[in-house]
Amino acid sequence: MTLTAELGVAAGAARRTQRRGWPGWLVSWIQAAPLALVLLTFFVAPLIFVVVVSFFDYDRLALYPAFMLDNYVEIFTSPITLKLYLKTFEYAVIVETLTVVIGFLVAYFLTFHVRTFSWRIGLLVACTIPFFTSNMIRMISWMPFLGREGILNDVVLAMKLSKTPLDFLLFSDFAVIVAYVHILTMMMVAPIVNSMSKIDKALIAAARDAGANECQIVRDIVIPLSKTGIALGSALVLTQTMGDYFIVHVLSGGKSAGVVTAISTQLNAFEYPPAAASSVVLLLVVVVMVSVIFRIVDVRKELAG
Amino acid sequence: MMTEPGQPRPKSFYVLALFFMAFLAFMYGPMLVIFILSFQGENGGMSFPMIGTSLLWFKQLLSNTGRMGDIPSALVRSLEMAVLASALTVAICVSAGLAFRRRFLGAGLLFYTAVASLVMPSLFVGFGIALGFKELGWKTSLFTSGLGAQLTWTLPFGLMITFATIGRFDRRYEEAATDLGASAWQRFKDIILPIIMPGVVGVALFGFTLSYDEFPRSQLTVGTVNTLPLEIWAMTTAAISPVLFALGTVTTIVSFLVLTVAIATIGALVRRRTKPA
Repeated sequence: MTLTAELGVAAGAARRTQRRGWPGWLVSWIQAAPLALVLLTFFVAPLIFVVVVSFFDYDRLALYPAFMLDNYVEIFTSPITLKLYLKTFEYAVIVETLTVVIGFLVAYFLTFHVRTFSWRIGLLVACTIPFFTSNMIRMISWMPFLGREGILNDVVLAMKLSKTPLDFLLFSDFAVIVAYVHILTMMMVAPIVNSMSKIDKALIAAARDAGANECQIVRDIVIPLSKTGIALGSALVLTQTMGDYFIVHVLSGGKSAGVVTAISTQLNAFEYPPAAASSVVLLLVVVVMVSVIFRIVDVRKELAG
Repeated sequence: MMTEPGQPRPKSFYVLALFFMAFLAFMYGPMLVIFILSFQGENGGMSFPMIGTSLLWFKQLLSNTGRMGDIPSALVRSLEMAVLASALTVAICVSAGLAFRRRFLGAGLLFYTAVASLVMPSLFVGFGIALGFKELGWKTSLFTSGLGAQLTWTLPFGLMITFATIGRFDRRYEEAATDLGASAWQRFKDIILPIIMPGVVGVALFGFTLSYDEFPRSQLTVGTVNTLPLEIWAMTTAAISPVLFALGTVTTIVSFLVLTVAIATIGALVRRRTKPA
């Protein structure tokens, strides 16, 4: 995630070598055009559609262009809205906390305890491989583990920790959170490793020579200097958790619903305008939360520095 | 805390190493379990114990019968889509990566739009595209709206890897080539591309696997046919049997094959560079 810095360096290098012929900005525009075109067509325009349609009227058959606020009024007056948001926030806070702690410890171990470069790369690749496999399958793979007759319950019964199988393991909030942590922790590990690898090892050595113990070094050097990675990882995990609907649906057994689950239900019922309005509201909430994270840690400044 | 080789390791090393191993077990354990369970015997269930072993579930997967959709065709469709998405991601990202080496009007805006596309709740992107197509009276289909939806997911990842690769690129090689009279195309083909090749393979890998596994953006945009993740989704909401695990094993093997090829290629490219023939 050193993109901005690298962009800056690359742009600086480019200025030094002004080409003859076509002006640089024109060449850049042509080169960037395919990306801009795809994003405009399949990301920006669709979002505008969502915002516009959120004001539309509708019935079973069609959407009717209008400018009415009914869809929004319904969201803000419905008691379900608050419940959905509280559930989503609950998941987000728990998952955020767990992934930060796990992600930090994993990244810290890889960066500061593993001694050789090849081991570090090898272990990092080992962590990354599951990221390249299907999320859907990774989610499903918890079912034989957590089920009533699952492996965890077998262990619990064998160890006589409980007389009856534990029912809260699968199709529950517990299962949802386990799957979130399983799928999203890597999104936390990668940015934190990136931040930590930029910490000057001499700084650590100096602190140790000055008599600092490991706790002090972590508290006063490692955490402050990996804030950027933590912030980026947090933003990624947060948006993924808040935007999910299939993990909640499958692993809660349909018992829990987050904001996006509700939107997905509306979509399946072809209630597009209310779904659009809910999307716009959630989007604003996510934007506010991400900007708070980036306000606490000035990511751009830290990336450039 | 890191100590020099030869020095005794601190106690915290062993604690953290144990934690790290637990983390890896957490990451791989469930995958291993469904791999084993996919060979469950014919009378076995969704969990242990294994009642014998069989290939029944894999056969059911291929036989295209019962309540399941047509898995083999979905697999082929997903692979075709992944290859196409991967190729487009590479072409678009490398081109954009070259563009971003200069400052140009709108560079920041374009970059942040790509980042926004990455963090946007995926369902909204698919919803927006489906809505747009509907309002414009177009039909959604796999290789139009479906492909576009997947690109909004693969491009931001590809772009980041491209930036990391091109940012490290030493411009002096290119300048030397210019001084020797190379045309722009020759500079790209003979100098830039070979040097950034490991990164390009990385972009291709991300493009392929992210497209191959994509679900939330595809769900509303692929039209009447299903990709593999959509078939899996349909199976989880319908009856669950060890066939699901067999399917999980098959798709994970595909992911692993692609991953192995990519890592081996990157390794070979890096080795060739450090030890010139």
